[in-house]
Amino acid sequence: MNTELGLPISHWQRLWLYILGALVLLFLIAPSLIIIPMSFSGSTLLQFPPESWSLRWYEAYFGSVEWRDATIVSVKVAIMTTIVATPIGTAAAYAINSGTLRFSGLINTLLTVALIIPVILVGIGTFFLYAKLGLNNTLTGLVLAHTVQALPLVVLTVLSGLRTYDMNQERVARSLGANRFAAFWQVTMPQIRFSIVSGALFAFITSFDEVVVSLFISGGDTTTLTRRMFSALRDQVDPTIAAISTCLIVLSIVLLSAAQLFGQRRSPK
Amino acid sequence: MTAQLADTASHIRAEGPNTEALRTDARREAFSFLALCSPGLILVGLIIVLPIGWLFWLSLFDETGAISGANYARFFEQASYVRTFITTFKVAFLVTALCVLIGYPVTYMLSQIPRRVASICMIFVILPFWTSVLVRTYAWLVILQRKGLVNTWLIDLGIIDQPLPLAHNFAGVIIGMTHILLPFLVLPLYASMRSIDSDYLRAGMNLGAGPTATFWQIFFPLSLPGLAAGIVMVFVLCLGFFVTPALMGGGKVIMWAMRMEQTTSLYSNWGAGSALGVVLLAVTLGLLGLFQWLIGARATSVWGGK
Repeated sequence: MNTELGLPISHWQRLWLYILGALVLLFLIAPSLIIIPMSFSGSTLLQFPPESWSLRWYEAYFGSVEWRDATIVSVKVAIMTTIVATPIGTAAAYAINSGTLRFSGLINTLLTVALIIPVILVGIGTFFLYAKLGLNNTLTGLVLAHTVQALPLVVLTVLSGLRTYDMNQERVARSLGANRFAAFWQVTMPQIRFSIVSGALFAFITSFDEVVVSLFISGGDTTTLTRRMFSALRDQVDPTIAAISTCLIVLSIVLLSAAQLFGQRRSPK
Repeated sequence: MTAQLADTASHIRAEGPNTEALRTDARREAFSFLALCSPGLILVGLIIVLPIGWLFWLSLFDETGAISGANYARFFEQASYVRTFITTFKVAFLVTALCVLIGYPVTYMLSQIPRRVASICMIFVILPFWTSVLVRTYAWLVILQRKGLVNTWLIDLGIIDQPLPLAHNFAGVIIGMTHILLPFLVLPLYASMRSIDSDYLRAGMNLGAGPTATFWQIFFPLSLPGLAAGIVMVFVLCLGFFVTPALMGGGKVIMWAMRMEQTTSLYSNWGAGSALGVVLLAVTLGLLGLFQWLIGARATSVWGGK
């Protein structure tokens, strides 16, 4: 008896489904699980499981000026993107949620359009525009382009937080004499802060992992980590990239766990 | 709620003594909300709308600077473009079909097990979803290449003598892209399957339908909106996919996005590259529009669940 649904189907009859499901889940997680041990391999050959263990690929990563510079650029851009995208996205989500905003459907679509437009088109378009403005290979250009990519996630995350929040609380604060900003800052913000933090984390990870647009608009001193990885992968499969990949996977796990943690605290007590 | 407020507002406006002040206040509020959205809108306008509009404009002119449809006529005349489109659609159909084939059963399983267990299993879907596309493509290169894991294992086990060509070709692109796009099918489908009321299934079985009939006649049709949302998402993303075919295709699998990159970066032919982009955008928006029209407003709620 399937207790969850109360259907007269036993778990045994469904065994095939569970096995199939487990195989697909394994397929999804396998690449990450294989890369992590391989990054600690002692040989230049990519073997699994590795025959000897060492930290040499991490030494190669952290020891190389090129990789280190690219990492610093990526971290800088991701932090600045988070700082720019979070308030802009939160403000927009607040306005869309108010219900009195005119053309709110159109505005919502425009702000989240980056999720739909093929990234390659954005990359080429941005490169073309930046060529006229002299913004190619600059941090400003990268931050602006990444902010547009990150904006939809901030808007959607904060909007979902606002949907479960009772706006009447802010009206009470305002009727008691608080101005709009004070009411938002002291009453609404503390209650939706977990959505805002989740949105900020998504913005950071979006910027840090972004490849296609960076491929076009970053270079020279502002080569991002993903751009350098892409070029390296075009030439050969270097185990140093396994070490970098492991760092990126760990970063994803840390940021996602943080977002998950904040997301759970968002739900009503 | 909002409608109610607006109703009260118009009521007051009709009778109250402070009509003018209220109207000014409403106008000021509408303006300040628009101002709150403006930084985001300006950025989107500058980084997305303006350049794409510009590219569209460029695509209308040929090399001599005269207005012509030459950039678009090329797509039918030159065999290499036709090949690119055929490859792209072939990859898109195959990857979408594979995603449905392996994504539907796993999502069905996730929707049938207790929520607590399912949310743990979902980590297996969400973690790859948030891992860089580059990292995942690299992993597949390591696994599938000539001296990669799969070939080494198969040779060690004595199943094959010669390494199978799995990377740097069509097969590699399909495997890599299926892995990367699978979460885009699973996530909307899961939301839609979870919202199916199990009372329907119980009622069906109560009335004598067997498990198979219940699934095909009740569960499957109810899961179709979510499945359709996932299919459209995966298909549309396939059409514009760049990273995996560029790294896994070994230069043999030229897809739409790669063609755009080559035409603009390598040959600096902005007119032709722009025309490719315009058609890609038109196909993408057309498919999404068609989907919206077929499934209706339900779809947006499914997508919002990301």
